Amino acid sequence: MPTYFEKKQLVTPGELLAEGDYLSGENTYVEESKIYAQRIGLVDVDNKKVNMVALRAFYVPKVGDIVIGTVTEVGFNGWTVNIKSPYNALLRASDVLNRSFKPQNDELSTVLTSGDLIVAKIASYDRLHDPQLTVGEPGLGKITRGQILHVVPTKIPRVIGRKGSMISMIKQETNCQIVLGLNGIILVTGKTPEDEELAITAIKKIEQESHTSGLTDRITQLLKENEVNVEEPKNE
Amino acid sequence: MSSLITKVRLKQISQHIEKGKRLDERGLHEHRPITIEEGIIEKAEGSARIYLGKTEVLVGVKVETGEPFPDTPNDGVQTVNAELVPLASPNFEPGPPDENSIELARIVDRGLRESHAIDTEKLCIEAGKKVFVVFIDVYVLNHDGNLIDASALAALAALMNTKIPNYEVKDGELKIKQGYTQLPMKSRPITVTVGKINNQLVIDPQYEEEQVMDSRISIAVNEKGNICAVQKGGSGYFTPQQILEASKLAQAKAAELRKKLNW
Amino acid sequence: MNDKHDKLIDKKGIRLDGRKADELRPLKLQVGVLPNADGSAYIEHGKNKILAAAFGPREMHPKHLALADRMVLRCRYHMAPFSVQERKSPAPSRREVELSKVIRESLEPALFLELYPRTGVDVFIEVLQADGGTRCASITAAALAIADAGVPMRDLVVACAAGKVDDTVVLDLHDAEDKLGAADVPVAYMPALNAITLLQMDGILTPDEFQQAVDMAMGGCKKIYEMQKEALKTKYMVVKDVEESEVEE
Repeated sequence: MPTYFEKKQLVTPGELLAEGDYLSGENTYVEESKIYAQRIGLVDVDNKKVNMVALRAFYVPKVGDIVIGTVTEVGFNGWTVNIKSPYNALLRASDVLNRSFKPQNDELSTVLTSGDLIVAKIASYDRLHDPQLTVGEPGLGKITRGQILHVVPTKIPRVIGRKGSMISMIKQETNCQIVLGLNGIILVTGKTPEDEELAITAIKKIEQESHTSGLTDRITQLLKENEVNVEEPKNE
Repeated sequence: MSSLITKVRLKQISQHIEKGKRLDERGLHEHRPITIEEGIIEKAEGSARIYLGKTEVLVGVKVETGEPFPDTPNDGVQTVNAELVPLASPNFEPGPPDENSIELARIVDRGLRESHAIDTEKLCIEAGKKVFVVFIDVYVLNHDGNLIDASALAALAALMNTKIPNYEVKDGELKIKQGYTQLPMKSRPITVTVGKINNQLVIDPQYEEEQVMDSRISIAVNEKGNICAVQKGGSGYFTPQQILEASKLAQAKAAELRKKLNW
Repeated sequence: MNDKHDKLIDKKGIRLDGRKADELRPLKLQVGVLPNADGSAYIEHGKNKILAAAFGPREMHPKHLALADRMVLRCRYHMAPFSVQERKSPAPSRREVELSKVIRESLEPALFLELYPRTGVDVFIEVLQADGGTRCASITAAALAIADAGVPMRDLVVACAAGKVDDTVVLDLHDAEDKLGAADVPVAYMPALNAITLLQMDGILTPDEFQQAVDMAMGGCKKIYEMQKEALKTKYMVVKDVEESEVEE
């Protein structure tokens, strides 16, 4: 009942990973009790479960996820939102207006129009229905300022860091508000464009060097070197 | 997939085949009854209609004169077209040929062409300038599965009763004379399609069976038992072992049909 | 046909381009060559030069083509007008329509179509230069493009032809061998699952020769498969190098 890989080995779709007494984890599949890779990625085994960190994947909606999306269409009773996923998301007018929607009174395009960016939460999603969004919570809604950057969705956990250590350090050191959309879109809002640029540089570095040893130290160093003004870190 | 067939029915077909049985009581490797009528379209130089079970295909052959292809100046031209006419199935729609009819035409064409069924060298009137062009038009009239085998059989039957006018060339001009001659033929290929359903190989799948069919392989076999064209189709796969079995099966069934049809 | 030309294989068994019977043409594979595509690949197989791009999974357009219970794979195989000796009309020919279909059917077994219902993956293949065996090279490149797009796959699909030239069964026919040879047998294969996903043949072969050709083509596929995996890994190798030394997290 062997495994056929070394820890963190780079594997391609179809590579045989393990046989017998193992469980198929993320980005793997089973055929005749053999476990194979589904994607290009790094493979690992955790307590008999064979897992892969995909180096290339797209975002698949999950209820409760915070995402950032672009309004692409104003419809009859809501908006279509591109969330960089195989499925377009829907935001219902009643969710935004916080009351039932009256077509005779409400002109939806005055609230949100195509090209607008929003932070939203996945309210529902299943195989048969496109994801529905909600913005009815603090911190959600239309984005009016800040900068957007895109990363591979599978890298978001690296940007967050262990127990949120990485992201809170960046927030502290750059004085920026950062919203991480789990669909790989990140919103950075700072007091000055320089602050925002620094946060973006740090996040891009994390994406590129996501698993290097001493990454935290290097990010710390990067942030300290470029710090514009030193302030007391905010509580996040 | 057709909405006319229920999921229960599809499951039933698949389970039957797993047990080596079919809903119409045929064996897995048995063709449906075949009837071929020849020469039914008087205005065509050749024609044949085949009934393969409830599948019905009419093939008409027209022979005209035209230019040869530049790379084969001494050869007549063979061209196959297939029409899945809307009256043959609720799933066929009018319009230009889709990928299914193009694939069907090309499989029939390849079987005839690669086995050198038509003796194209004898269809040359004036090298590089004028040759006979043989138009083979496949008309599917009722689709109950296995259009490939039915069309290939009907096409060959139609060619075998195709007559070309007697002619002579005088001062570069073609003069049609009295009477007709049989279209010169060199080979009689028979195409057998093997379907894979629930990991079993079946012969002559009917329409409902095609809806649960994983993939198919069509093999054209000439009278020497050699293979002259192959085409795998469908979204599934075959193991190398299954390919070997399918090829043996196709040879055996082609020989059997050849004997039965006296080809 | 095959008695009208000069010998394609000399007495020592060497082919016109200097190869032995069971030798592949030189191959070059590159992944991630088109920035706008979700995934892409470029292949040079002999003188064939082919680009493949994959988009999706994404919403189907037009919408009525979407299926409620599965993802739809669409493929377009297309030859550039300048890819062959005589200019080819850019309008899709019947050959291109058929090849688009068989290529799609060779890739479908590799995909988990049931995973993302109502969506579609589009694969566009452009043959920039053709030299015999374009369908096989297209499949090899298209599989890489799909993997590069991050679409889950059972295995990479790899393709290679074998055929018969001057009474010898040979691997990987080039243009002249394809046109003048006795038979051509393109095969697409998923090595990990031992599954043949495309098989065509034209020409005339005895049953034994046919079997020999299929076996030889599968052998060629296995060699190309290694290069395919290597090409995919090369694009992501940068990441791998740093991953290996990881200690934190």
